[in-house]
Amino acid sequence: MEQFAVKVFVRLRPSVLDPAGEATKSASIKLGAEGIKSLRIGKMIEVEIDGNGENEVREKIDLLCDRLFANTVIEDYEYSLEKL
Amino acid sequence: MDNFTVGVVVFPGSNCDRDVSWALEGCLDIRTKYLWHESSDLSDVDAIVLPGGFSYGDYLRCGAIARFSPLINALDEFVKSGKRVLGICNGFQILTESGFLPGALVANKNLNFICDDVELDIVSSKGGWFKNGDEKQTIKLPIAHGEGRYHCDSDTLKKLVDNELIALRYINNPNGSLFDIAGITNEKGNVLGLMPHPERACDETIGGTDGLFTLKSLILK
Repeated sequence: MEQFAVKVFVRLRPSVLDPAGEATKSASIKLGAEGIKSLRIGKMIEVEIDGNGENEVREKIDLLCDRLFANTVIEDYEYSLEKL
Repeated sequence: MDNFTVGVVVFPGSNCDRDVSWALEGCLDIRTKYLWHESSDLSDVDAIVLPGGFSYGDYLRCGAIARFSPLINALDEFVKSGKRVLGICNGFQILTESGFLPGALVANKNLNFICDDVELDIVSSKGGWFKNGDEKQTIKLPIAHGEGRYHCDSDTLKKLVDNELIALRYINNPNGSLFDIAGITNEKGNVLGLMPHPERACDETIGGTDGLFTLKSLILK
């Protein structure tokens, strides 16, 4: 068994309005930050997981992302994986 | 109909389960039974209500964790058999997360939790959930949600419109819902999900009775 650290990023799809992102963008501009074109808020999920090799772990993470971590009607996901 | 029993599902965090039960029993004389989310035995109920609230604390996304409960797993057979399922507010969110209804419910456009009475157009009475008339029907129901903005892709919206699956539309869209959608049914018509709370509009003393028809229609075959 090998251990992997996985970082999953879940983002609202570009077509879905992100009101929290818009509010934060507005506050950023009030803070004086210039040049902000877009600001969108997502989630990052950290998982430590055991598996027999990277492929097996990717299969597990794909299932988790598709069925639980993200709702693919409104969200996209991607992840990075590091062997510990 | 004497023995007709409506199952009211209780998740950790449900908070409208007793309201639904009160409205059904007290206002309509329909028997109810609470169903704990870990139960998968639906054999002694004839229809099911998924009530409002914050199932599993709305962790991850509203309705996302409830989808994996034994009860929701058992719901598939129940729906396929043609029995009626009503998802109110958080119940609607659970129905979309678990794939019984298309689309998703996301944060209100203005980020506020909105607690108000809203005017709604009855667009379709598919499944008999709403009064069907020649003239346009309008009802008033309370809403109370932070994440009630309906969203789906354009193909799904076309399908909803073409198949008359949109049950209710807001007259003054409070939350930014796509196409003013407040409630939809599945194609068969036996599953309805809506953000407004019909159980809170079942008695004149608390502001109206426009919700009675929908709750009463649970006993339709």
